[in-house]
Amino acid sequence: MLAYILRRIGLGVLVFLLAISTLYILVQAAPGDPASAMLGPRATPAIKAAFREKLGLDYPMPVQIFNYLTSVLQGDLGVDLKTKRPVIDTLAVHLPRTIELLAASLLLAACLGIPLGCMAAVRRNSVFDRAVGVLSVSLIAVPAVIIAIYGMLIFSAGLGWLPAIGAGEEGDLLSRLRHLILPAVAVGIGWVGYLARLVRASMIEVLSANYVRNARAFGLREPRVVYRYALRIAVAPTVTVLGIGVGIMLGSAVFAEIVFARPGIGKLMYDAVILRNYPVTLGAVLAATLILIVSTTASDILNAIIDPRFKESRE
Amino acid sequence: MTRALALRMTGRLPDAAALRRLILDPMGAVGLALVVLLILSALFAGLLAPYDPTAINVPAKLQPPSWDHWLGTDQLGRDVLSRALYGGQIALSVALVSTGLALAIGMFFGLLAGFGPRWLDNIIVLAFDTVRAYPVIILALAVGPLFGAGMTTVIGILVATSVPYYGRIFRTSVIAAAKAEYVEALQAMGMRGARIVVRHMLPNIIGPILIVASMDIPTFIAAEAGLSFLGVGVKPPTSSWGLILDDGYKFIRQTPWLVIAGSVPLILATLGFTFLGEALRDVFDPKLRKEP
Repeated sequence: MLAYILRRIGLGVLVFLLAISTLYILVQAAPGDPASAMLGPRATPAIKAAFREKLGLDYPMPVQIFNYLTSVLQGDLGVDLKTKRPVIDTLAVHLPRTIELLAASLLLAACLGIPLGCMAAVRRNSVFDRAVGVLSVSLIAVPAVIIAIYGMLIFSAGLGWLPAIGAGEEGDLLSRLRHLILPAVAVGIGWVGYLARLVRASMIEVLSANYVRNARAFGLREPRVVYRYALRIAVAPTVTVLGIGVGIMLGSAVFAEIVFARPGIGKLMYDAVILRNYPVTLGAVLAATLILIVSTTASDILNAIIDPRFKESRE
Repeated sequence: MTRALALRMTGRLPDAAALRRLILDPMGAVGLALVVLLILSALFAGLLAPYDPTAINVPAKLQPPSWDHWLGTDQLGRDVLSRALYGGQIALSVALVSTGLALAIGMFFGLLAGFGPRWLDNIIVLAFDTVRAYPVIILALAVGPLFGAGMTTVIGILVATSVPYYGRIFRTSVIAAAKAEYVEALQAMGMRGARIVVRHMLPNIIGPILIVASMDIPTFIAAEAGLSFLGVGVKPPTSSWGLILDDGYKFIRQTPWLVIAGSVPLILATLGFTFLGEALRDVFDPKLRKEP
């Protein structure tokens, strides 16, 4: 098991290095080069050349990549062209906001999705079960950007119940929470559907297992069998989707942050792209990619610990 | 072709009974109706649209729905219904082209990895893992502007990021199929690898993969709208549901109608394709329950 965990972490590190190298090449090879983009149309060839030299863009590509990787690993992501401060400082302000949003969304998805799926499985083929089925599919289908905009249209612009923009006052927990509700719903509601389906399917399987029959034969009350014993086993597969989930949620978070003008990686990137603030854009992609790689690696390792058969299926 | 595929997948033809089950399933019926409606309205957008979708008429800007403009007008006085109809063309073309290209390229690399030498398999799988490490929307936001916003960029990003998903499915299917007796028999008969893969294994494994791909169409439709909303997708004055939504968001305090006009076709399209995909999967292959 330890060997698998170490190998999985090694693979994660390798993929991260490859991903940032590829990104670097992509940005350099793209038709609109960062030097022209950052300096604007009026820059003379001499200014551009000086700029390229300053950023080390005049070295051969392998050297550039090596230099870039070295500085990234040292935490040097360049200078934020807007604030003139290190990019890492800018990220340090925005990254926690995005993680906070992802955590709130996951919590929402788990708190609604798991009970819904569980109740649907217990009342299999009932009207309730069918309704949960249609609801899950619908929640999965509707894009996060639509939920975000309707949330704003109805609850902020229309009813005025919840704040429309920002992340709330620093240090005021209630205000922070109120600002978190709509974005978290936009990001997490689709996952309510995913989790409900997943838990329903695994719950149905678990409820027909021998030990559940045994528990019933011993005369344990049904709620105790379902919620104390079966559900604990049935929620395990949700860990498998955590990795994919975080990737999709990061995309949804971009929309939620932009619609609600909420500080975070997505909003930061959106603004940086408009200002052609390349170091920040690259830094934000790196941070998001790192979050995704860490979550997929963690999810794979957790899976292997829960169910050792999983290891082989990945190899 | 599809009949032959269905035969291989399920061991029987998609007979009238299967189609009847699809239509009798409420989800399937609703999905099919929505998808047909969407395809027809996109195909005949030119005939159905009451106005030129790019015709500007500023005095008539931001009007609520009326007999003249069924879905109202946008901030430039353009007819929103006409823009939504043409937006359907963009959504469908992006989704279909992206799915087709991603499947084809994913198939190529997946088969190569699954049946090729071990070192090639390792390289391809590592490349797949690397691409999958990027959150799609965030990557698109970063590199999209470098390649210039537009339909080609959107398709390029969607294809590049979904090739690994299809590639992995093809790879796993080929590895599983390689253990089948008919493959051993063909090898014993002296048939070469590439010929076995293309002529014999591919027809056996592609059916379920096509269903998975069809279930990804709504994801692509949503991604096109999302990227256009972010400004890295289709560029104005071309019409896209994402652009209408973006206009609606900008004028959300003045009128709710633009948001509604941009979102309703998008919601109906994603729901329609998702419902149809679910029902198709249940009808053709009950075993193929796709994990989320």
